[in-house]
Amino acid sequence: MTQGQFRLTVQRSQESWVRRARVAIIGSGNIGTDLLFKILRSEHLECVLFVGRRAESKGLAIAAEQGIPTSHEGIDYVVNNLNLFDILIDATSSDCHREHWKHLQGKRKFVIDMTPSNIGGMIVPEVNIEEASNLENVNMISCGGQASLPIANLVGKHFKNVDYLEVVSSIASNSAGMATRINIDDYIETTQEALRRFSCIDNTKTILILNPADPCVDMQTTVFAKMEKNEDLEAFTSDFEGMVQRMNQYIPGYEIVVPPTMDEGRLVVSIRVKGAGDYLPSYAGNLDIINCAAIKVAEEYAQGVFKTLPEMQGGMA
Amino acid sequence: MSKVEIYDVSLRDGNHAVKHQITLDQIEKYCTDADRAGVDVVEVGHGNGIGASSLQVGLAKHTDVEMLVAARRVLKNSKLSVHCMPGFATISRDVQNALECGADIIRIGCHCTEATVTKTHLNYLRDNNITAYSSLMMVHMASKETLLEECQKLESYGAQKITLMDSAGHLLPKDVTEVITFLNSNLEINVGFHAHNNLEMAVANSLAAVEAGSEIIDASICGFGAGAGNTRMEVLIAVLKQMNFETNVDLYAILDAADNAEKYLVNNLPKVTSTSIVSGLTGVFSGFLKHVQRISKLYSVDQRDIYFELGKRKVVGGQEDLIVDVAKDLSSRN
Repeated sequence: MTQGQFRLTVQRSQESWVRRARVAIIGSGNIGTDLLFKILRSEHLECVLFVGRRAESKGLAIAAEQGIPTSHEGIDYVVNNLNLFDILIDATSSDCHREHWKHLQGKRKFVIDMTPSNIGGMIVPEVNIEEASNLENVNMISCGGQASLPIANLVGKHFKNVDYLEVVSSIASNSAGMATRINIDDYIETTQEALRRFSCIDNTKTILILNPADPCVDMQTTVFAKMEKNEDLEAFTSDFEGMVQRMNQYIPGYEIVVPPTMDEGRLVVSIRVKGAGDYLPSYAGNLDIINCAAIKVAEEYAQGVFKTLPEMQGGMA
Repeated sequence: MSKVEIYDVSLRDGNHAVKHQITLDQIEKYCTDADRAGVDVVEVGHGNGIGASSLQVGLAKHTDVEMLVAARRVLKNSKLSVHCMPGFATISRDVQNALECGADIIRIGCHCTEATVTKTHLNYLRDNNITAYSSLMMVHMASKETLLEECQKLESYGAQKITLMDSAGHLLPKDVTEVITFLNSNLEINVGFHAHNNLEMAVANSLAAVEAGSEIIDASICGFGAGAGNTRMEVLIAVLKQMNFETNVDLYAILDAADNAEKYLVNNLPKVTSTSIVSGLTGVFSGFLKHVQRISKLYSVDQRDIYFELGKRKVVGGQEDLIVDVAKDLSSRN
């Protein structure tokens, strides 16, 4: 997309002039509201618009409290106010995004899709963030995908002859909103497709478990890989640990529960994601794993664009 | 009242008892007998339903398609059904496969408080004129008012019948009478029952459900099913006959089917054990059995104490890590 369209807002921070990209969020549910809190902390992003579909939405009230302009007129409001923002994050549902994209395609906006619609290019920051800058629509796949794909990618690189790869994620029932539930098949199919692409292993499966336990359980993801025989894990484990450390830079709550273990030709790795507790409590690591990834993509995009712009003059604000 | 529909889970819940290793030969033999006996519906597949064969819950010996084709080949009068849990099974991969194999009914299941997760699947079945049933699992964990709300959702999504599953075998006949009466007097569609035999209540609970208005009851040949097993179908048929409730099942034929099944299908008759009693009493999911055995030894605590504490904490499947917490806690108190 053309980056000349990019507009800047300039704010005074303690140290220097900080240039921020303007973000609009559509979708006022769990994901959208949590994203808002994360953007409020970002040095590179500013939330300029928060859009839902129901005037009584809790997310809209929270955004208004934070002084963010809101609308309950959905995609129509967005389409009529394209000049207000640079980046649109769609946190609705995959069906809605398919509809929204018809209105947004070719409008020179950087679109980050949080739903498993499988429309845009699939991006996992740890694996292929450099591909994002060439895209008009970035697909963040799914929470289970963001948690498992870096591991799946490593499995594919280290082991040949993997017959089958399986990813099981369990999330607290409270953290799964209606869109997640209605889109459960899209979640599974898109995550499974991403597993194939990122691991280069043909035979893959994804399972999602909504756990209603009280108190709520932390998000947990387990990756299984079935091979012909037990393989040496030393090199894999070392790369895996390095990967976790790198991921911790954008998702600090990503931690190892079961380190790589091999038994009867089956590799097992389990990780847990504790959230920052921005909107929902820390058990909702599923919000954080995908939202932190999206923020990372948005910030990289914002910074990349800044690099291409001429040096700004002081006092422009 | 109308006839009681007998929904046979031998070849699905029974798969739990043999780690999902039921063979095509066993499926054909049993379907032949069930069909001859007049069983209304035969459910076939992996213990966790279509699309569930996995390293997480166990790989099945045969694919869903192989199992369904085998059953379809011999079922003439009985309807063929599958259990389907959103999160494991998708419409385009698993439901459509099952329909192509000739499944007559798709039963969409979920945990008792998660009905919203079935909306897309049930809507799809309704929109395509496919017979859609639904089931709610671990029902002892929710109040009857909550269950009504969940059942109303299922009904609005398109479920034509609902089965309450007492997955931990915790309920007593008086509980079943209360909840089934309440639900059936507040819903248009009928609510049936699926028992587990942890407290030796499976047949009594099934009878209580029928007396409270259930028109569909799950049962299994010789009780073949997870943990302490399900309602023994041959006993249920005899009891219903004695109570003058009508079914389509022929008593002699189902007794023969049970005698035969002991030879080729149910090698170890499910039985009530001391741990199944305590897991039923405390309402703890039967799948915890092996973990509790191991961890109780590790921390030198009584398995029964662990179950009571897990029951107090209202654990559900997937929370196996809590067993260690509980065991540690108990051992420090000793």
